[in-house]
Amino acid sequence: MTYLDHAATTPMLPEALAAMTAELGRVGNPSSLHGSGRQARRVVEESRETVAAALGCRPGEVVFTGGGTEADNLALKGLYWARSREDAARRRILISAVEHHAVLDPAAWLAQEQGAVLEVLPVDSHGRLRPETLRAAIEADPASVALVSVMWANNEVGTVQPIAELSAVAREFDVPLHSDAVQAVGTLPVDFAASGLSALSLTGHKLGGPLGVGALVLVRGMVPTPLLHGGGQERDVHSGTLDTPAIAGLAAAIEAAVRNRDAHSAMLLDLREGLVAGVLAAVPDAQYNGDPVDRLPGIAHFSFPGCEGDSLLMLLDARGIECSTGSACSAGVARPSHVLLAMGHDEASARSSLRFSLGHTSTGADVAALLEALPPVVERAQRAGEIAAARHKPRIRLG
Amino acid sequence: MRVLAAMSGGVDSAVAAARAVEAGHDVVGVHLALAEVSGHSVRDRGKGCCTPDDARDAGRVADVLGIPFYVWDLAAQFRAEVVDDFVAEYAAGRTPNPCLRCNESIKFAAVLDRALGLGFDAVCTGHYARLVDGPSGRELHRAVDPDKDQSYVLGVLDADQLAHSLFPLGDSVKSEVRAEAAARGLIVAAKPDSHDICFIPDGDTAGFLRSRLGERPGEVVDTSGAVLGSHSGAYGFTVGQRKGLRIGTPAPDGRPRYVLDVSVVDNRVTVGPAEALDVLGLSGDHPRWCGAPTLGSFECLVQVRAHGDPVPADVTAIDSGLQIALREPVRGVAPGQAAVLYAGTRVLGSATITATV
Repeated sequence: MTYLDHAATTPMLPEALAAMTAELGRVGNPSSLHGSGRQARRVVEESRETVAAALGCRPGEVVFTGGGTEADNLALKGLYWARSREDAARRRILISAVEHHAVLDPAAWLAQEQGAVLEVLPVDSHGRLRPETLRAAIEADPASVALVSVMWANNEVGTVQPIAELSAVAREFDVPLHSDAVQAVGTLPVDFAASGLSALSLTGHKLGGPLGVGALVLVRGMVPTPLLHGGGQERDVHSGTLDTPAIAGLAAAIEAAVRNRDAHSAMLLDLREGLVAGVLAAVPDAQYNGDPVDRLPGIAHFSFPGCEGDSLLMLLDARGIECSTGSACSAGVARPSHVLLAMGHDEASARSSLRFSLGHTSTGADVAALLEALPPVVERAQRAGEIAAARHKPRIRLG
Repeated sequence: MRVLAAMSGGVDSAVAAARAVEAGHDVVGVHLALAEVSGHSVRDRGKGCCTPDDARDAGRVADVLGIPFYVWDLAAQFRAEVVDDFVAEYAAGRTPNPCLRCNESIKFAAVLDRALGLGFDAVCTGHYARLVDGPSGRELHRAVDPDKDQSYVLGVLDADQLAHSLFPLGDSVKSEVRAEAAARGLIVAAKPDSHDICFIPDGDTAGFLRSRLGERPGEVVDTSGAVLGSHSGAYGFTVGQRKGLRIGTPAPDGRPRYVLDVSVVDNRVTVGPAEALDVLGLSGDHPRWCGAPTLGSFECLVQVRAHGDPVPADVTAIDSGLQIALREPVRGVAPGQAAVLYAGTRVLGSATITATV
């Protein structure tokens, strides 16, 4: 089996596995006042400090959540509610056209159900939101902006956004900028304080930590209206008994990922360059998508003209190569990716793409296995596409 | 063989796939997403996801069988080739069979073509019908379970399509299939059968047509032309229909009246007594042969609806159509329905009924 879908989820790092399993056998609610509770609380707070140190923020700015989607929802809904309650004129939500659905969908929901005005900002052909696009959108009416959300790096094509420049624009107008950094932490230098962001989402399982745990980093003074009400954990922003083992695993993973980041990224980049060169040599009409330079080291995304992405995926799966078309709905129906459409691809091109993503367990053998399997698979998928197209002749009705 | 199992999420296709696996085939499960649900504002989420519950059930079965499973989005093709055709046929005063149309243009055409293109040898479905390899090629036969037999809706498949089909349930009765699903631990074992047209889940065909075609008020008349009542669209009536005629006054002889004719041209529905529905002659076009064409004049059995009884007939077939003389009358035959020809249990072929005498 050749696993080339690390952007979906990546195996846990040994450090994270050790830290998490050590806690799984212990009892203690971090909110309890007795010794067991204090022990658990110590683990949670040390984890918070570890996460803060790795991300360049203060421990008090880290809110643990149940993952990236929950962090994004808390940022979008919580900050919209809080900001618009302070000033009813703040109705606009500005997001890039290539956001993950964990940002797109809460923003759309706020527009549909809560009176927000959603503005989806166009990106260039590499998937980058240009700072001047953001500036023009804010400038149209700065006082009406509730928040801006732009991902750090794209999960499908890997393009990295110019966060520092975007952040400078947002700060100039004093509007909060949230960034979904789920794909960035662990492979790119992410320094929250230096970024000038107001909020940042991350998740454990994309960087070698456990599933089901993440964090929203919130700059001091930025208080969202909670989604979850209850015991008042996490400074009343995120109620619910803290998951000590998962948090310990998350902290260990972030610490290890950030410590090894340069070497890890160099390794991924080396593998990716071999993969990209090999794919383009084997399938000369393949199109390599995303920003050529400013991109995640582990993601390679291609369009294969004349092929259906899900045909390619199925044929590769049958040969033990696991990858992704980059977009699937809950029932598993592949829709043309909104990211590629926003980058100017047509529907056929958007449907013809595959994402290969590398991670800490990837090797040159994985790339070699892909390059061996890919040419016959592309050839067959192209033929299947031609047969389907040929069949679409008009049907003659008699009588 | 490399087999693509079409898995609807129901019990029949689940057991069919299980039997294909057990027979030693290399099986991949595919759920066909056919229904279009109204879109989502930012993301067209609903579109293409058939019923997500059915897709999930099919996926659960595939996981238990240990086979790969994918969802293929055929919603746009299904709409164009089946749903729009269904509406257009009713609008033209005919009564189409959408299941037959789906088999003809989706399951054993678009899906089969794609499967063959991707390197599969056959498509496996949960239809109740038997494939028999005879002296002159593969033959399509009725299933052993007369209540479930679906050979009628497969009467549009040609020799090539039959050569790449697999119907593992043809020798079983439904109760055996359910028992087998339960014994295999498939969660769909007790799932109710679907009877309705899949894209009209509430069964209200008239309401569905009204929403697509709008109201077209017209007259309900008897065979003498006397106006008996009104209707809101002739397309909503089918020859042989008795209910929903909304005729105030009873017939002079007090006997029930039936739709005898639907004329879209003058938007008129003609009603009359049951015996006026008797038909002895049929014309059909668009002939399809489940094997080599049987041209010329011959005797066979003819069935005009999915759950109708076959009647003996004398058929004259040419390339472009059929003339059928029934040896006993059949009631309520509507243009648009398929006349399927049988020799014993074997399906010879079919044609679309254009006129009745």
